[in-house]
Amino acid sequence: MGSFFSLLKRDIQLAVRQGSAFTMTLSFFVIAVTLFPLGVGPELSILARISPGVLWVGALLACLLTLDRMFQADFEDGSLDQLMLGSMPLEIMVLAKISAHWLTSVFPLILITPILALSLNMPGEGIGAMILALLLGSPVLSLIGAIGAALTVGMRRGGVLLSLLVLPLYIPVLIFGVAAVEAAIAVLPVGPHLLLLSGLSLGALVLCPLAAAAGLRLAVD
Amino acid sequence: MAIDLHKFANPARFLRITAVIFPWAAALTLLLLGIGLYFALFVSPEDYQQGNTVRIMFVHVPAAWMSMSVYSMMAISAAVGLIWKHPVADLSAKAAAPIGACFTFLALVTGSLWGQPMWGTFWVWDARLTSMLILFFLYLGYMAIWESYDDPSKAAKAAAILVLVGAINVPVIKFSVDWWNTLHQPASVATMDGPKIHSSILTPLLIMGTAYMSLFVTVFIIRVKAEILNRRLRMMRLVQLED
Amino acid sequence: MSLNARHLSCIRQDRLIFKNISFSLNSGEVLWIKGKNGAGKSSLLRIIAGLLKPIQGEILWQGENVKDDPDIFQNQFRYIAHQDALKPALTGTENLRFWSQYFGTDNVPAALKEFELERIADVPTGIMSAGQKKRTNLARLIACPAPLWILDEPVSSLDTHYIALFRNQLVRHVKNGGMAVLATHQDLELDFIQMLDLDAERGKS
Repeated sequence: MGSFFSLLKRDIQLAVRQGSAFTMTLSFFVIAVTLFPLGVGPELSILARISPGVLWVGALLACLLTLDRMFQADFEDGSLDQLMLGSMPLEIMVLAKISAHWLTSVFPLILITPILALSLNMPGEGIGAMILALLLGSPVLSLIGAIGAALTVGMRRGGVLLSLLVLPLYIPVLIFGVAAVEAAIAVLPVGPHLLLLSGLSLGALVLCPLAAAAGLRLAVD
Repeated sequence: MAIDLHKFANPARFLRITAVIFPWAAALTLLLLGIGLYFALFVSPEDYQQGNTVRIMFVHVPAAWMSMSVYSMMAISAAVGLIWKHPVADLSAKAAAPIGACFTFLALVTGSLWGQPMWGTFWVWDARLTSMLILFFLYLGYMAIWESYDDPSKAAKAAAILVLVGAINVPVIKFSVDWWNTLHQPASVATMDGPKIHSSILTPLLIMGTAYMSLFVTVFIIRVKAEILNRRLRMMRLVQLED
Repeated sequence: MSLNARHLSCIRQDRLIFKNISFSLNSGEVLWIKGKNGAGKSSLLRIIAGLLKPIQGEILWQGENVKDDPDIFQNQFRYIAHQDALKPALTGTENLRFWSQYFGTDNVPAALKEFELERIADVPTGIMSAGQKKRTNLARLIACPAPLWILDEPVSSLDTHYIALFRNQLVRHVKNGGMAVLATHQDLELDFIQMLDLDAERGKS
């Protein structure tokens, strides 16, 4: 357990110290979301209608920006080799990296979502559901992303391939995530959607570290 | 203890068996495509609503079947390749991918051509078409990862991991898309699966399905052979480097 | 303690790098792996560390195949690679402290002292010189002690003073019953040394 938390702590420390990752994903998220009213037009009813989808898609893309660094930085400076020689199973090591990615790159997006939701005229009922849906569903983004990150470690222009590999797999989260918010806005029960999102997260929690670890073994080989 | 480099690229048994199958599969493909298209285009009746456009179905539906089957077959080959390290298994998944992608593309194009007269637009976000589109993306990702590794044995493993992850995801994606579709456009789309499919439609459909299957086998054999020869060529070059 | 390799062969990108390499190493011994560039020195070290899979052959630790029971070999060695495995944004101390926590050991102050890093330990490694980074990387051997050292060009970019210093560390480690596998172009003039010349092995076949 000591190894797990030391790695988690180091990754967070690095993110805080470098800072740029935080601010860049956040700025990207804000700018990407801001483009929609400019593209679709300022009409409030339309914005309210598309706001759940816009926020989810924005979060997906913002998350994608930092994914390729998940193992790449460690690979480049030789840390990945060392990390793989630790005493904890590789899958757990991967889980520590995933947790760190979620905490440093995805969680800040959730924090800023209410403000963006307001700017898109999302009804109040939707905002709470949006946050809950993101909290329950967004771990899938880091988890599935880890597979793509592991498979593209060490590649030139791995980021583009990563998007191609990972985005189709994000579709279920997007669909259920948006549906949860729309249900809340329509004053329908949100519970089932949130349960589905949690189910996706739990399923991904079990399977993704296995696949990502297999990918990493390949990367150092 | 000498290492026989060639044992990794000398699937002699595979080549022997396929040499026997190949001419039969090729002949069967031509025969069935001929019969199937004849039935589909001339014998089967017009649809009372859709008229002649219903005939697109005979090209479209089997292509959709194949796109799913080929992906499943790739997943199974990938698992065999990962677990038993059988060299032909990896190659067969690689060889099947572009064929599967073509079937998927064919299903998408014919689906959209069919959509034009039926729904008045080339593209509807119908659940099946959408799933098909996502499957097409999965095929593209699979082929892209093969291209991205220099070392073929690494590429094989990476691609195997990817296709297995994809295969686990396909039912989830399918479920979510179906569900999304019913949420957004409740049953406005006419689809083909009425309760009764008359035998005059079903027969050519099945013939076409079998024709596609043997077409797949034919092209697949050519592609695997090409992959094996490629592998050998690479080995021979490497042996030259050794000297 | 003993480390044995039996009939190791390595293929990279379908190319045979070396084949049928065997050696046996006991406490108090150093194995010096020699060879031209591309002879497979680094690959052999990575195979010993378990990062690379040999196409053939096995590694035995204390007489047991590490493939059968990876736990016995876990944390029994430290691997020093070309790359320094240091995060430029963290200081030398922070880097070492992380690795020692990660490997479940704790000997950072001693490590800083042994490699004369105390004065620069609180500088981010990103602005250190290549030699200083190398020393910080080598200090990991002391910060996270382990019986077997696997060393890939450990003295590159070090000046003569620090090469001597590292040599002393290595001698002490070996005298205390440790062992090391070493790939380097530089002759460190060690006693207790075994040689494994990959070029000569290649000629044998």
